[in-house]
Amino acid sequence: MDSPRYARLGRRRIYGTLGVALALCCAAIAAASLLVILGYVVVKGVGALNWEFLTQLPHPVGVPGGGVGNGIWGTIIIIGIATLMAVPVGLLTGIYLALFGRGVIPESLRFLSDVLSGVPSIAIGLFAYAVLVAPLKHFSGFSASFAFMMLMLPLLVRTSEQAIRSVPQAVREGALALGMSNFRATVGIVLPTAMPAIVTALLLAIARVTGETAPLLFTAFGTQFWESNPNHPMAVLALQVFTYAISPYPSWQAQAWGGALLLILAVLILSLGARYMLGRAAKGLDA
Amino acid sequence: MENAQPQFRRVVRFVSAADRGFAAIVYAGSAFFGLLIVGLCVELVLGSWPSIVKFGPAFIFSSSWDPVASKFGALPMIFGTVATSLIAIVLAAFIGIMGAVFLADFAPRWLAAPLSFLIELLAAVPSVVYGLWGLFVLAPFMRTAIGPALQKVLGWTPLFSGPIYGVGLLTAGMILALMIVPTVTAIARDVISAIPRDLREASMALGTTKWETATKVVLPAARVGIFGACVLALGRALGETIAVTMVIGNRPEISASLFAPSYTLASVIANEFTEATTSIYISALIELGLILFFVSMIVNAVARLMIWSVRGSERS
Amino acid sequence: MTAGTLDGQLLAADDLSAYYGSRKAVGNVTIAFRRRAVTALIGPSGCGKTTLLRCLNRIHEVGFEARVEGRVLLDGADIYAGGVDPMSIRRRVGMVFQRPNPFPTLSILDNTTACVPRGLKGKDRLDAAERALRAAALWDEVRDKLKSSPLRLSGGQQQRMCIARAIAAEPEVLLMDEPTASLDPIATAVIEELMSTLTKDFTIVAVTHNMQQAARVSNVTAFMLADETGIGRLIECDDTAKLFTKPTDRRTEDYITGRFG
Repeated sequence: MDSPRYARLGRRRIYGTLGVALALCCAAIAAASLLVILGYVVVKGVGALNWEFLTQLPHPVGVPGGGVGNGIWGTIIIIGIATLMAVPVGLLTGIYLALFGRGVIPESLRFLSDVLSGVPSIAIGLFAYAVLVAPLKHFSGFSASFAFMMLMLPLLVRTSEQAIRSVPQAVREGALALGMSNFRATVGIVLPTAMPAIVTALLLAIARVTGETAPLLFTAFGTQFWESNPNHPMAVLALQVFTYAISPYPSWQAQAWGGALLLILAVLILSLGARYMLGRAAKGLDA
Repeated sequence: MENAQPQFRRVVRFVSAADRGFAAIVYAGSAFFGLLIVGLCVELVLGSWPSIVKFGPAFIFSSSWDPVASKFGALPMIFGTVATSLIAIVLAAFIGIMGAVFLADFAPRWLAAPLSFLIELLAAVPSVVYGLWGLFVLAPFMRTAIGPALQKVLGWTPLFSGPIYGVGLLTAGMILALMIVPTVTAIARDVISAIPRDLREASMALGTTKWETATKVVLPAARVGIFGACVLALGRALGETIAVTMVIGNRPEISASLFAPSYTLASVIANEFTEATTSIYISALIELGLILFFVSMIVNAVARLMIWSVRGSERS
Repeated sequence: MTAGTLDGQLLAADDLSAYYGSRKAVGNVTIAFRRRAVTALIGPSGCGKTTLLRCLNRIHEVGFEARVEGRVLLDGADIYAGGVDPMSIRRRVGMVFQRPNPFPTLSILDNTTACVPRGLKGKDRLDAAERALRAAALWDEVRDKLKSSPLRLSGGQQQRMCIARAIAAEPEVLLMDEPTASLDPIATAVIEELMSTLTKDFTIVAVTHNMQQAARVSNVTAFMLADETGIGRLIECDDTAKLFTKPTDRRTEDYITGRFG
């Protein structure tokens, strides 16, 4: 019985246990941080949530009450327009990449898509400003939608391509062998099969831009009033939260927490919806 | 016999009228997509051109940011961006890699799933919510508790000296770390799990403990992918705007202390763009955006190269 | 080598070669397929019989870097001539695949009538579906569930639905790529019987791995073999009875008697 060697083994075992404990702590810290943040948002935000908060315009400073109704409305409109723009472009590019596979142009498009996914959102906001705000000399909800569209595109393009590719080759060949045109085979047969995965990606993309604030600073810009015309500056919930948070007024800061809670709820619902769709997508391809 | 020459076919043939229309729309959509991105680069360069021409390379090395005198230098912002991102990646890499090791090799299934889920959810929290929490919870806590504690122990170093405002480099770095931890953890966990069992079993058969196997055998084997994950997370941190703006103090100064307020490339654009009065001011801000764009692009490219080389062509 | 000359046949290949990139998979095959008969393509794995089949309806070229040299004559006209729309060819030459491939998002009815000519609606469409499903011996089993998903059917039923789908497009030729390979013996027997009745209306070319099936079901059999360089060649093509009892080529005899493959 070699005493020193056993002692070393024992010490190594202790280090091992300590190590695992450390690793566990790290994972726990990360997970707990989320719970802490969520906890604060819920506790501090739930007090601000009431019908008035959800449906009224902001009040001037000093006047109690008021709400973020116009921000919610603006968010819906801006994201709606962004979706209407992003989905066709994303789908068409995904179809192109799935059908044409390898080659210089497809690879370049994939590279560009990767580049776009890494561009900071504020730089995309600058682009939207340069293209749609500066020449027209006014802020607009539409320029914000344009920026959001660019933020949503990489995920949509990548998922469309993958989803279409993963439809079994036999289904596509079966459609073509019947004498269907490529158009009908792709749009009528292959695309519907790929739809659940694409919808999932769309929900995740929407969840992402719901919380995006930076580009809004100089595209939508914000307003105190109800605004439904995307050609005008519009209020957006994330932007209102930011403005209220950095303001020196406690009443506004309280509303910032309320708005933050709304944002988190929206993101949560969209993410859960995406997970649900993912489950359906898996079932669809299994059969 | 007709058709003596070979006919090379592409994957897809668009011959009929419906197909031709379909082809046209598909080409148009894809071309528009490509144009958008190229346009982004072009516009950033065009917008910064006046500033590039006026200040030249000195822009990057000058520390004066004086809009009134139309003197613009990016160095404090570059410093702030790099410093906060470094703090973030150091913290996030440690927590993320250790967490990934735990989740991949040690966590029982009933624990791994919920923990992973919670950590993933960190990525879904909007930036402005992080900023709000950072401003009203973390910053005061830093000022009253964390800061003084650190200063008591490490105050002799320049890093932890000086007044503690609550907002500043360290707070911003910590918030950023939280935001990028999911990226590090998720990718590192994938990479670690992909290391074949044989390697682990061979190591354990030699008499190592499970922990030693995980840290001295598996981690080194996965180091390229893990490093790639960290670089990718770094790329995200560099571009983060709103959360940082809310907790960094917004002062264009370079200082040695981590408690000092600072400024990042993204924050200055966020704070000052709508108030920029002169066109050279706007141009300087856009040039900051251009620098940010370039740096992010390079960092992301490096990261993807590393991650691909490990995961193969997983990206379809 | 051919059972009948190239002229006057509905479908024939003339000096046909097929490539995957630079690799030649099928080499210089000349063969005529008898009208309203079943021609079986047999041979060991890798002999190019499926590739040859897929050249007959221009599906081969859908693969990446896949190309063709030579001619395939449908009613005397080369289907690979410049300006020919592959779609129109595939309407006349239908195909059933090795594994059933129903369209997952369409009902049985919509699957079957996916490519009926003249885009029929309403009752006409139902009638067309009924005709096709009866011809595929599936009508009685699905008549009450035409709107349900074909994914719930058994493998054999799905394959018969795919046959119905191909028939409903009213082709002149039906290509079948090992149609019973993934099915159990009972389903196989049903489809083999189907093949005989279908020759009333269609010219059938069927690839099969199973020599006994070829002997049972076909009127004409073509034997293919890969040469030393891996190129698939047509070795012999004759009336089934004659090929199986008195084959002309030594290699055919070896294959049939089980000496290889």
